[in-house]
Amino acid sequence: MANESMVLFEVFIRSRRGLDHKHVGSVHAEDSEQALEYARDCYTRRSEGVSIWVVKSEDITASQEDDSESFYDPSDDKPYRHATYYKLPEAVNNM
Amino acid sequence: MSVVLNNTAILEYTLRLADDSLILGHRLTEWTSHGPFLEEDIAMSNVALDYIGRARMYYGYAAELSGDGKTEDDFAFLRDEREFRNLLINELPRGDFAYSTVRQLFIDVFNSLYLPKLMQSNDETLAAIAAKGIKETRYHLRRSRDWTLRLGDGTAESHKRMQKAIDSLWGYTHELFELDELEQQLADQRVGVDNTALRAEWLATVESILSEATLTRPNDDWVVKGGRTGYHTENLGHLLTEMQFLHRSNPSCEW
Amino acid sequence: MSSEEKLMENFMRKIEAEEKIEPKDWMPKAYRKNLIRQISQHGHSEIIGMQPEGNWLTRAPSLRRKAVLLSKVQDEAGHGLYLYSATETLGISRAELIAALQDGSAKYASIFNYPTQTWADVGAIGWLVDGAAIVNQISLQRTSYGPYARAMVRICKEESFHVRQGYEMMIALAQGSPAQKALAQDALNRFYWPALMMFGPHDSESAHSARSMQWKIKRETNDDLRQKFVDQTVAQIEFLGLQHPDADIKWNEETGHYDGGELDWDEFYSVINGNGHCNRQRIEHHVAAHEEGAWVREAMQAYREKQRNKAHKQAA
Repeated sequence: MANESMVLFEVFIRSRRGLDHKHVGSVHAEDSEQALEYARDCYTRRSEGVSIWVVKSEDITASQEDDSESFYDPSDDKPYRHATYYKLPEAVNNM
Repeated sequence: MSVVLNNTAILEYTLRLADDSLILGHRLTEWTSHGPFLEEDIAMSNVALDYIGRARMYYGYAAELSGDGKTEDDFAFLRDEREFRNLLINELPRGDFAYSTVRQLFIDVFNSLYLPKLMQSNDETLAAIAAKGIKETRYHLRRSRDWTLRLGDGTAESHKRMQKAIDSLWGYTHELFELDELEQQLADQRVGVDNTALRAEWLATVESILSEATLTRPNDDWVVKGGRTGYHTENLGHLLTEMQFLHRSNPSCEW
Repeated sequence: MSSEEKLMENFMRKIEAEEKIEPKDWMPKAYRKNLIRQISQHGHSEIIGMQPEGNWLTRAPSLRRKAVLLSKVQDEAGHGLYLYSATETLGISRAELIAALQDGSAKYASIFNYPTQTWADVGAIGWLVDGAAIVNQISLQRTSYGPYARAMVRICKEESFHVRQGYEMMIALAQGSPAQKALAQDALNRFYWPALMMFGPHDSESAHSARSMQWKIKRETNDDLRQKFVDQTVAQIEFLGLQHPDADIKWNEETGHYDGGELDWDEFYSVINGNGHCNRQRIEHHVAAHEEGAWVREAMQAYREKQRNKAHKQAA
């Protein structure tokens, strides 16, 4: 199966200027140039994007989501980092 | 020269360009679900869609110029083999992936030189169609150039197939650079393009891509021509039979 | 509690709280297996589904229809890709998925084993087959596996074009010449029942249904989804001025739904088991394209290795 040798790339698309790139799926390709072309062909058939990133799937280091207790919980005890923590009078609450 | 006569010439010229796009687009649709892998299947359909879209713009303009109520479909589905004016290279069967790649390369390089000239046409509609087309063509050429390199310099098998495709197709490239009287006249009026002037740059570009891909340019002693006079290969008749049969089964119907 | 039990409890807590399961999360083996089966089957259906409509690409009766049909068939390929992508997040490769399709161990929707004999069949497929698919897919946007749910959202957004172009084609035929109207009726008669069968066997007969519902892979039962489709199709058939293929179709005041005749399940299982007109043809087509493409894929690989060696030499 020659297909096995092709590399899996994750595809990220910026749908409009001013927005973040967002993960949309993956493509198989031989190299990143080809992956970019295929990402365009496969994921922007209705002009969904103004900019595309492709990244080899194996190059992504991911946190283990089930570890999220240790990874994310520590910051849960800092409610003062969120804007809603601060109650301001109505007149100036538009801050 | 009267305006009417010039309209007839532009109509004829537009139809030639329309036929080129439609016939090639049709051949490319034959790849759908037959591609070497999924991503490439999708990419080839995109190219096919570009060509069918381009054909519709040209036919639409031809319908406008003819001014007798004809539609794009009348031109595409109700003309016979002898009336089609596409260049022969477009009608040849899809062949293997190497054959389709080489045909695209030859045509994409040609269009990358032709369309920028057509963009300067005195005819605003043709210029606008060319302006849209060149964007597509730049992308098509990136693809066909890239594939030529990958396949030419890939395995012994792929190299052999590519060289064979080049040798089979080269004889059909000459008529890309021919001008008949009508085309000469339109080129002089800066409506059409002087294709003869494009050959040197076409050759230089194609030769450099082929040589980078470790492929060889054949010599020029085999030359086939006839598309612009309706003198086609046997392939076109079969293509039209298939493409037109349903429309012709009841041409007065809406589909 | 063993650690396995703890993980299971955590998993079920997420499912019940309508949280999505994501690729790196712990999940029961059977959940993973069930997902791989369902998503890949869905993906294979899109890929094989290119063929019956692709059968008319070179014969579409107008340039507009030709362009629309090609976009649609290309979308099927795109949807197949989204779904293969989602399946790959579960730790199975594209090559394995393709091998399973080709050796028959993975299934695809049986509807694509029916031949497209006339142009009207293309319209009927867009309208009924994509219509049935979308009923199912809308429900699957809420499926518990994140990548699958996201692929569904994407697909649903694109798929409504498919249904609408199919129905528009049926309108043109139904309002056309008597011969065209007859084509439309004939296509409706042939595709209506297989479209109903797309929702799968009755809930009582469905092998995977119960657990899939519990794990929220499936959100609504086969029979409920089928009923939705039956209900919405009645008015659409009426609008076309065509005859309903089900002579027993009748509004049921009490349930607020339409009752219809029983499906021919013998035919359903016969086609599933390989005896449809096109079962073998569809797979042979896929295998032929894949084998014809082998030299291309090998050449790409060889080229990449050559380029890499060149880069190494330059660096050295």
